[in-house]
Amino acid sequence: MTGVSIDLTLIWAGIIAFAVFAYVVMDGFDLGIGILFPLLDKGPVRSAAINSIAPVWDGNETWLVLGGGGLLAAFPLAYAIIMPAVYVPVILMLLGLVFRGVAFEFRARTGRLWLWDGAFAFGSTLAALAQGVTLGAILQGVKVAGRGYAGGWWDWLTPFTLLTGIAVVTGYALLGACWLIWRTEGALQNRCFALARWLGIGTLAALVAVSAATPFLSYDYYGRWLRAPGIYLTAPVPILVGLTALLFARALAKRAELAPFLLALGVFLLGFIGLGISMFPYLVPPSVTIYQAASPRASQLFMLVGVGIMVPIILVYTGYAYWVFRGKVGHEGYH
Amino acid sequence: MFGNASAIDLARAQFAFTVSFHFIFPALSIGLASYLAVLEGLWLKTGRDVYHTLFKYWVKIFAVAFGMGVVSGIVMAYQFGTNWAVYSDKAGPVVGPLMAYEVLTAFFLEAGFLGVMLFGQEKVGKALHFTATLAVAAGTFISAFWIIVVNSWMQTPQGFGVNQQGQFVPLDWLAVIFNPSMPYRLVHTVLGAYLTVAFVVGGVGAWHLLRERRRPGGPSEGTKVMFSMAMWMAALVAPLQIVAGHTQGTNTQQYQPAKVAAMEGNYRSYPDGAPLTLFGIPDQKAGILRDALALPGLGSLILKGDRHAAVDGLDKFARADWPPVQIVFWSFRIMVGIGLAMAALGAWSLLARARHRLFDWSWMHRLAVLLGPSGFVAVIAGWATTESGRQPFTVYHWLRTAQSVSPLAAPAVASSLIAFVVVYFAVFGAGTWFILILMAGSPEPGERGAEALDTTRTAGLTPLPQTHPNAMVAQ
Repeated sequence: MTGVSIDLTLIWAGIIAFAVFAYVVMDGFDLGIGILFPLLDKGPVRSAAINSIAPVWDGNETWLVLGGGGLLAAFPLAYAIIMPAVYVPVILMLLGLVFRGVAFEFRARTGRLWLWDGAFAFGSTLAALAQGVTLGAILQGVKVAGRGYAGGWWDWLTPFTLLTGIAVVTGYALLGACWLIWRTEGALQNRCFALARWLGIGTLAALVAVSAATPFLSYDYYGRWLRAPGIYLTAPVPILVGLTALLFARALAKRAELAPFLLALGVFLLGFIGLGISMFPYLVPPSVTIYQAASPRASQLFMLVGVGIMVPIILVYTGYAYWVFRGKVGHEGYH
Repeated sequence: MFGNASAIDLARAQFAFTVSFHFIFPALSIGLASYLAVLEGLWLKTGRDVYHTLFKYWVKIFAVAFGMGVVSGIVMAYQFGTNWAVYSDKAGPVVGPLMAYEVLTAFFLEAGFLGVMLFGQEKVGKALHFTATLAVAAGTFISAFWIIVVNSWMQTPQGFGVNQQGQFVPLDWLAVIFNPSMPYRLVHTVLGAYLTVAFVVGGVGAWHLLRERRRPGGPSEGTKVMFSMAMWMAALVAPLQIVAGHTQGTNTQQYQPAKVAAMEGNYRSYPDGAPLTLFGIPDQKAGILRDALALPGLGSLILKGDRHAAVDGLDKFARADWPPVQIVFWSFRIMVGIGLAMAALGAWSLLARARHRLFDWSWMHRLAVLLGPSGFVAVIAGWATTESGRQPFTVYHWLRTAQSVSPLAAPAVASSLIAFVVVYFAVFGAGTWFILILMAGSPEPGERGAEALDTTRTAGLTPLPQTHPNAMVAQ
């Protein structure tokens, strides 16, 4: 620390971005399976789908807590402005997660399977939709006065946020289908190959639509994406998305099992990078930057020690948990 | 539905409701995780199957409770921002990192090893499985540590400054973490969770003792062992908890005297010895305790060790700084009353044990069934005492509750409150029902673990033998 000034705020923006992306990677397929649930055959097929995520879902959702908790800790002002601004979608997301989380535990314990299957599908879809809407609502700009949110409690609801909501639901469903291609076999896997084709097309269309709409939300995004010199930085993103989409189509045609999942994650990563290009250095567009929202150095430093030590350890034992439950799952569960 | 309640009252109601519901599950999982670790350890050490049977019996209940704890906990992590935005902005630099540490050191540990603990026994071998169980138990304890640190800092804040934007800025993290009330509150909370689970286990054991009495051969070994273990905990930990509660009380007397005055119902000061009020009706408006039944001098003796020591009442504090005495006074009495009843059952069990009648005295078993859920009531009442006693502040003496709330319209908070109430009662009501169904089965040899719960072998209806595999074993 002596003499050299480290940009802790930038590091923290990176850590929060990492936590959010880790959440999307891990809970995305998890929620996606819930979204696809009504399209899967009742009985053993659905049980196999749920068994493939039963041992890992709470770990996946913990990244959401880290994202929220990390935002509070590292950027308290942004947390304080964003949460009231997206009050309704956040509450709906939480309620969706409640439904789905308990459906996991209660499913197959009663005669009312239809009820908990319904709760699982409904909760997953609601949570995914709300996450997409929240993302859109932040992207389209938040009204700020002083150190607080200054808009109404329905400002978040616009055609753009509905579009981002649908995009996230479609994308998560794609991740879910690809996960099931990798982790299951037989009828369920065949079904998911068919679903993944349509969901891939849908996700690409949604990504194009959101990308096309974003530059016109405000002047800043337009300048960033479509004029020199910004365009030299931004142009590779859509090109890479196109390439990934082609590889994805080829992998499906060859009935590859792991490649579709990895490529779908690649599309998410590119979308996430595009999001970063749009927003940086704003955390609450168009008024609060990461530097304005940053918590004091003492807070950032203290947490950085924790993150530096704990996150590698967490990744190791999370990886271990996935390793223990590797391989194809049947509908009989883990024994 | 809420008339003209203000956004702040609704936000407080929402926090109280969601946190009370939430804490039921961590209280259960903190205690149960340790109990499961003890059971598995005893099984590995002694090789007695009964411990393995009990492990598999309780791990199913743990799985359900843990899942409900996770989802209701995510709600808490976001509620600070949605309803308490100004608090988040101001206190975030101090409490945010502490909560982030909870996620990093506890939540991931629990969630990461939970899958192995629930479903991995045949996949990883005994030693690694026991490690996973220990990791989950350690995670629940670490989680309790951090959340108590956060809450204690709000009660007895130190180690911080205030910057130009009005934010609390950490100056000395060790002072923040080891604030004056933290150690006392941590011990009291963790013992509370252990006691809660001891009485749940004891209540379930007693229930099966009563049911299995007339069975040929008497109650099953699993039933007897769980009841006996629970009664040892009751006999040893309940008195310990009373001592821990007392030391926390004297600590509170030192740092938050207004809270103690509210707990005791002391609207007025007693310069030469305060009584111990057993009952009374607080009249907040008039500032007096009506119809009080009190033992003279005993209050000062308990709080200060001297019958004639002066004790300050609420008249020494500005009216605007008074906590709501009705809530604090009554919730404190509910907690203490349950604590005393728990210690009494513990003593009764010692007597029964000395006479070799532990599994025979049915009135003692009936009391144990009655006290089965009492730990939850005591825990919630204790939190109501300490949280309402901190009012009207969120950060004691530094930030008022009225100045902590989000800039939200009342209808927004009212709608979300209704949604939480409806969903929580439906969903967690169903969860509690499942737990009760699991508890209704006797622990039998051949008990299946959590894997029994996440498997459906039939499409549609799941017949009883699948939720209660014992029924099949018995056939």
